[in-house]
Amino acid sequence: MAITTEPVAYVRGTPIAEQPPPLMARGWVAWVRENLFSSVGNTILTLIALYIIYLVVPPAIRFFFLDAVWTGSDREACLAASVGREVGACWAYVDAKFSYFVYGSYPWDERWRVDIVFVLGAIGIAWLLWLDAPKRNLGALYFFVIFPVVAFILLRGSTAVGLERVDTSLWGGILVTLVVSIVGIVVSLPLGVLLALGRRSRLPLVRLASVIFIEVVRGVPLITVLFMANTMLPLFLPGNMSPDRLLRPLVGVALFASAYMAEVVRGGLQAIPKGQYEGAMSLGLGYWRMMRLIILPQALRIVIPGIVNTFIGLFKDTTLVSIVGIFDLIKTVEVTLVDPTWATPVTRLTGYAFAGLFYFICCYGMSRYSLAVERRLAAGQKR
Amino acid sequence: MKRMIASVVVGLAAGFAATAVSAATLDQIKQKGFIQCGANTGLAGFGVPDDKGNWTGLDVDLCRALAAAVFDDPNKVKFIPLSAKDRFTALQSGEADVLIRNTTWTMSRDTSLGLNFTGVNYYDGQGFMVRKSLGISSALELDGASVCTQQGTTTELNLADYFRANNMKYEVVAFATSDETVKAYDSGRCDAFTTDASGLYAERLKLTNPDDHIVLPEIISKEPLGPSVRHGDDQWFDVVKWVHYAMLNAEELGVTKANVDEQLKSDNPEIKRLLGAEGKFGEAIGLTNDWAYRVIKHVGNYGEIFEKNVGEGSLLKIKRGLNALWTKGGLQYAPPIR
Repeated sequence: MAITTEPVAYVRGTPIAEQPPPLMARGWVAWVRENLFSSVGNTILTLIALYIIYLVVPPAIRFFFLDAVWTGSDREACLAASVGREVGACWAYVDAKFSYFVYGSYPWDERWRVDIVFVLGAIGIAWLLWLDAPKRNLGALYFFVIFPVVAFILLRGSTAVGLERVDTSLWGGILVTLVVSIVGIVVSLPLGVLLALGRRSRLPLVRLASVIFIEVVRGVPLITVLFMANTMLPLFLPGNMSPDRLLRPLVGVALFASAYMAEVVRGGLQAIPKGQYEGAMSLGLGYWRMMRLIILPQALRIVIPGIVNTFIGLFKDTTLVSIVGIFDLIKTVEVTLVDPTWATPVTRLTGYAFAGLFYFICCYGMSRYSLAVERRLAAGQKR
Repeated sequence: MKRMIASVVVGLAAGFAATAVSAATLDQIKQKGFIQCGANTGLAGFGVPDDKGNWTGLDVDLCRALAAAVFDDPNKVKFIPLSAKDRFTALQSGEADVLIRNTTWTMSRDTSLGLNFTGVNYYDGQGFMVRKSLGISSALELDGASVCTQQGTTTELNLADYFRANNMKYEVVAFATSDETVKAYDSGRCDAFTTDASGLYAERLKLTNPDDHIVLPEIISKEPLGPSVRHGDDQWFDVVKWVHYAMLNAEELGVTKANVDEQLKSDNPEIKRLLGAEGKFGEAIGLTNDWAYRVIKHVGNYGEIFEKNVGEGSLLKIKRGLNALWTKGGLQYAPPIR
């Protein structure tokens, strides 16, 4: 039997190049099939959603960008009759009022002081929030001790350092919104932690005081607190003693936020197993060191979403101070809406859109940052 | 219920205030170095901040006139923006020295709230706006019209009274906020729009085609707006009252911001007394004798601030109407200085 060298069948010596998976199983087509049209129900929902997007997005883009007016010096620029076409958002109005939105009635020649405070504040916040920043202890000292003092002197002015005194009734706009919310945030966290610890304390007097404070404050709407502060309080005080009109709601907002913060923190404290306390005590740690080194670091990490939630809520609640005559961003926007120079049918929408954008950017920033922190602090929990 | 609570609160407040605030507001003001003026939080023509954040308006200028009279500096005034809810308590508690915030002078406010109105710096009242295309020139022709108005305000009641008194039919289209009301009127939901006349002119600018609309001449309610001070301090009451009168007298005598220096040399005895060249009228109210000169020099006479803020010099273009001097058929009448 002769052995043939000819192969019986053709066998390819090398593997053929990999083919991409079929179009239906990869890329956007597959994604769409899997996520948007996977079932009849899903398909219907997708179509409805698409229709809603179609209804909302193109007109919004048209209004805010394509038809928008970007430049102009008064209402004529944003009137359909004088422009001769459909008019969308009147950004020229925001441009003209922008400095008022930022500084309120703060004297024109003194506004550099506010700018410095903004820059100093931004440095402090970046230093604290950037987790790999050098010397963060120093950053905390700077932000919580040095910055407030410097900012107070700069904003309010002091004859001792030769800065003209600027009354808080002239402050306004984003400046006031940031002052109220940052003071609220910075005060409410430590105060909230103390109240939470107080509520779980074994000392009856401390516990009772904390419970009463938290329950009373949470049982009263913020708007009531603000009215008490700005309308009723001056009546109870002697005529020559009336605390600053901005300080009053500031204290109100801070106390209000700390009551909510206390309950958030308490939730974290309750989630810590008893073993952690016992372990800490068996190491011979006292109450404060146990809390500082063992309990609070774990408890606070658990409640980061709750804390940030409270911060975001507080940030938006600051708009309520406008009701008691404090000129925060919303109030400054509302005031410019009555200005005849810019009275047009679209001014109102534009003004509120601007305010909405500001609040969205701030709140979204906070929430993204907290997600990143959560992920980083939860590294130990990952497998 | 809300109203009841409010009146209880305000009544309480009045009680406290009587003990809290002592007399001699003028001395306190001189000591502080500025006047605390309860102001509006934003009303077109009466109190609005300009692009730089400086307050402007008819009410604002009266505050500045007070500062000019006391300190010879119209900027020595601290504006306390007050909402409609906290305006009276702010005055009663002494946080504000004077309230110049488009507040209607009514009997209950003048008496039981413990306020004293010093005069009327703007005679307002409810009016109507209609489309020019309707071809109407009087509110009496509004029979059968649909009228846009804001819910739950006295506007609605005045409207009902007016139409009933004139035996006319109408249909109310009411909305919760003034913006919705304007929008509805603009989109043609109703034939007429009603609110206070000063507000009509401001709202008109927000319409798509403001020139297609007119404000009818009839005013169907009395809304005298004026400054108010606390009960029990007659000296300060006199100052606020006479600063307003001085501005009216100045207009009547033709003394303006521009010519006040020339007028100092005038032979007219009335002008001499007004500007302090003769007599000691300023000292009588605790000021200097050139108090009125200061007011006119820094702020202007009543006609000037009217035209600048709400009249022809402004976008509102409100006619003088009831606010013209008595010599020109209006109601603004100041007692003489002598």
